[in-house]
Amino acid sequence: MAVSPEEVRHVAWLARLRLTAHEERLFSEQLSNILAHVAKLQELDVEGIEPTFHVLKTLSNVYRPDEVRSWPELREVVQAAPQQRDGLFAVPRVLPEGEDEVSAKNEKDG
Amino acid sequence: MRCQQRMRKMDEGCLTDLSVHQLRVLLERGEVAPRDVHEAYVRRIEEVDDQLNAYITVCPDFPPELENRHGRPVFPVAVKDNIMTRGIRTTCGSRILARFIPPYDATAILRLKERGLYVLGKTNMDEFAMGSSCENSAFGPTRNPWNLDAVPGGSSGGSAAAVAAGEAPWALGSDTGGSVRQPAALCGVVGMKPTYGRVSRFGLVAFASSLDQIGPITRDVWDCWVLMRALCGHDPLDSTSAPGQAPIPPPQSVESLGGVRIGVPREYLGPGVEDAVRDAVLKAVGVLEELGARAEECSLPHTEYGLSAYYIIAPAEASSNLARYDGVRYGHRTCQASSLLDMYELTRQEGFGAEVKRRIMLGTYVLSAGYYDAYYLRAQKVRTLICRDFERAWARYDLLAAPTSPTVAFPLGERTADPLAMYMADVLTIPVNLAGLPALSLPCGFARGLPVGLQLIGRPFDELTLLRVAQAFQQATDYHLYRPVVGGEVDG
Repeated sequence: MAVSPEEVRHVAWLARLRLTAHEERLFSEQLSNILAHVAKLQELDVEGIEPTFHVLKTLSNVYRPDEVRSWPELREVVQAAPQQRDGLFAVPRVLPEGEDEVSAKNEKDG
Repeated sequence: MRCQQRMRKMDEGCLTDLSVHQLRVLLERGEVAPRDVHEAYVRRIEEVDDQLNAYITVCPDFPPELENRHGRPVFPVAVKDNIMTRGIRTTCGSRILARFIPPYDATAILRLKERGLYVLGKTNMDEFAMGSSCENSAFGPTRNPWNLDAVPGGSSGGSAAAVAAGEAPWALGSDTGGSVRQPAALCGVVGMKPTYGRVSRFGLVAFASSLDQIGPITRDVWDCWVLMRALCGHDPLDSTSAPGQAPIPPPQSVESLGGVRIGVPREYLGPGVEDAVRDAVLKAVGVLEELGARAEECSLPHTEYGLSAYYIIAPAEASSNLARYDGVRYGHRTCQASSLLDMYELTRQEGFGAEVKRRIMLGTYVLSAGYYDAYYLRAQKVRTLICRDFERAWARYDLLAAPTSPTVAFPLGERTADPLAMYMADVLTIPVNLAGLPALSLPCGFARGLPVGLQLIGRPFDELTLLRVAQAFQQATDYHLYRPVVGGEVDG
């Protein structure tokens, strides 16, 4: 069950992880070894066996009322962010310059 | 490893040697003040933590609001650094949260604060609780107080080492595949993983949500019993918290184990288990028999598949839980990024260590298109078979007894290059997490100067039987009364 460096790159992309060339080689080898080990599970006949996704058999879909409540810690929450502006989380531009008219307008207004 | 093998019997005149129930007596008689206890622990941390590195953050000031509690006792507690503590940095042993200060307390912390406990410091751990040796921390490894060249176990290695070395009277850890029990065993202290759903996970940084539980690490079973009582209970903030659970009654002495039926699963004593560990555990079972219990060999036939199922399920859940570290709302953000996508990828590259990346990769792989059925779904079906093994055992036994770890503490650096060798350290603790059962590890002997742990596994929500049996064992033995002589410490 070998995981090729190409597969490693694809999985890293799915996980939004950038890997170095060294990490790609290392993970290709190590993931292959781990998957070879867990292949042991193929020995078992699991036909007709229900999966156990969680062990609390009496609980399913626990809901709470969808209510507005105040968060006194809100300021602290936003301040924990690496970059904030006007009480919001700030991130790098999502769309290339020019395509982002709404945000460009807001920039001017701000 | 350097031959250290230095240990001593506990000294009743030394505050940092006492268990909390012994401290309580001194506090209630007014012989010591809470501030004295606090200062004794801070001094002890200054004395030995350069060698052990059990703490990531120490809170050296006695909380002023606890100065006058009208005689109600106040105790410090060390907390694993993946449990949210309001206003106290919580890093998960990771660069990505190295400067994160939580705006709220975990429910477990609130419950302890209501009972007069306060946070003495945050303990070292494998990054995001992924590891069995405490070597995967961005803040450097913790060392084992019994031998500085050995690992303390993991991932709650800092909590276990702190309690063993007298740097904290008791501590909280978290257990996903053995992370409370295995370090407790390797450091010669008591550690308990509660039944899944017993203790709220609100404010415990999620690793594998269907397996994680917060649990106590203590010097003896009595203290473990006290902390379990404080921690357990339904919490509406955790949708997997069990409603209607029976509370745990107060601790009491246990003289006899008449009528208690113990199964000893042969798969837990097979090849791979060190001879000295097997001998100590079988001897401990003999002690339980002398106390009136009946013990016999039994079988949990799917045990050998536990490790493989776990290393699919836990990374799968982790890969999903750790998606939240993207540099947007908290933690580290790269300063190299020009686009949003770059920011995600570089933040995660810079922020996560090798083992965390490995597990995210493994988890993403087994959940990805084409592999889900072959790996993830099959592992969850095998989990059902493992649960059934235990259910069959409960028809005949009140609890199971086994080693906690196949070996005593292993040398630092021995397994870091080989992930599979490291994963094997949890082979005897993992099935309990997969089945959501309660289990407790307590000291039951020494091999080459290093502690051996006895693991007791119980029925769901029957922590009480485990605590009673463990209490009876400690009343009949003195393994829990030995303390390590740490590194360059001068003998008193």
